[in-house]
Amino acid sequence: MTTMTKQEMQHMIAQRVAKELKGPMSVNLGIGIPTLVAEYMEDDDIYLHTENGLLGVTDVEEEDIDPNLVNAGKLPVGEAVGAAYFNSSESFAMIRGGHVDAAILGALQVDEHGVIANWAVPGKNIMGVGGAMDLLVGAKKVYVTMTHTSKDGSPKLLKECTYPITSTRSVDMIFTELAVFEVTEDKQLRLVELMPGATIEEVREKTEAAFIE
Amino acid sequence: MTKRKQSSAEALELVKSGDTILVGGFGLIGAPLTLIDELTKKDVAGLTIVSNNLGESGKGLGILLNQGKIKKGIGSYFTSNRDVGDKYQAGEIELELLPQGTLAESIRAGGAGLGGYYTTTGVGTDLAKGKEEREIDGVPYIFEKAIRGDVALIRAHKADTLGNLVYYKTARNFNPLMATAAKTVIVEVDEIVEPGELNPEEVVTPHLFVDVIIEAKQVLTKEGVVSV
Repeated sequence: MTTMTKQEMQHMIAQRVAKELKGPMSVNLGIGIPTLVAEYMEDDDIYLHTENGLLGVTDVEEEDIDPNLVNAGKLPVGEAVGAAYFNSSESFAMIRGGHVDAAILGALQVDEHGVIANWAVPGKNIMGVGGAMDLLVGAKKVYVTMTHTSKDGSPKLLKECTYPITSTRSVDMIFTELAVFEVTEDKQLRLVELMPGATIEEVREKTEAAFIE
Repeated sequence: MTKRKQSSAEALELVKSGDTILVGGFGLIGAPLTLIDELTKKDVAGLTIVSNNLGESGKGLGILLNQGKIKKGIGSYFTSNRDVGDKYQAGEIELELLPQGTLAESIRAGGAGLGGYYTTTGVGTDLAKGKEEREIDGVPYIFEKAIRGDVALIRAHKADTLGNLVYYKTARNFNPLMATAAKTVIVEVDEIVEPGELNPEEVVTPHLFVDVIIEAKQVLTKEGVVSV
């Protein structure tokens, strides 16, 4: 069994998904684990898109923080060389129109066909969706990063999502601290890799969804 | 001709109870903080506010919310202000939640004289309930209506006195769209210059969209919102 802190898990997942990114390409990073991916990108030819209106997101030193320059999580960011600003409608034209190469998103649940739920929890007020639905329909590739199980240990990879789905579109790959899955053309989950320290038994035990081994 | 007004109170004379008001900003970033502050002092009620968020708790539009002046909110992410959930639970406010790209495009469509448009975003989800579905070239779409306002309150970086606008970094967001989609468009800026001083190639909002310009007196800094 793995005995990492939550933070270590998150960084390990971010580092692994970063390996999938090969430039030149544009990538939208969601909030949470996806934000960490920027720290591990090795290719200089990757342009980060943030839906609040910037292509060319980079990190920022404390002394250079500008309150009017933030990412979608409202965290301060920097402006990369060759960056461009645009309004919200153009930003989502890039997303919905299929011009953004990849989106890396968090998820609350993933079903065994790669359909995800990441915007609402039943029984609570549905108060926010942001850009999640647009990214799901529009990004050429969608990569999901999440911890393999919820806080109470219950699986997040399920036969069916019990939370409201974000889109009927299946994602392309799922990255957890235990395993990497891809979604096949006929919408099945296939285990492609065990993460360091994980065993197939542990993955089986903590996954409700059927998957091809 | 100058569209410049000396005070935010004078600028907001055209706002009345029951209006639909488009308010720029992504949270407090790019929000017209001076005009929002003035609106909190004005005796109005029953407003419909179209904005990505309803501010933060007790800040920006959050103040207007707590004053009970907002009847309905249309936006994509109300989670950033916990008071919105409380008001909604208590039945004191109506909410319409839209995906962020749909919110933006509906305002763009409203400004461009369209009645609405079909989008793939949201198809098959809870947010598609009650919306017309139509297949186009084998792909399912849902119909989204355009959004227009009585008034738009927006934030830009610089204006010339005609109303040409340029924006600043990610404070642009919804502002240029909202500038096109309301009967009366009121903008606050950091600096007002003479016509000819803005490079025409760099103007983002051409002046015919803009009605009233004021200088910003409440600005977002690293230390939060401050009066200048």
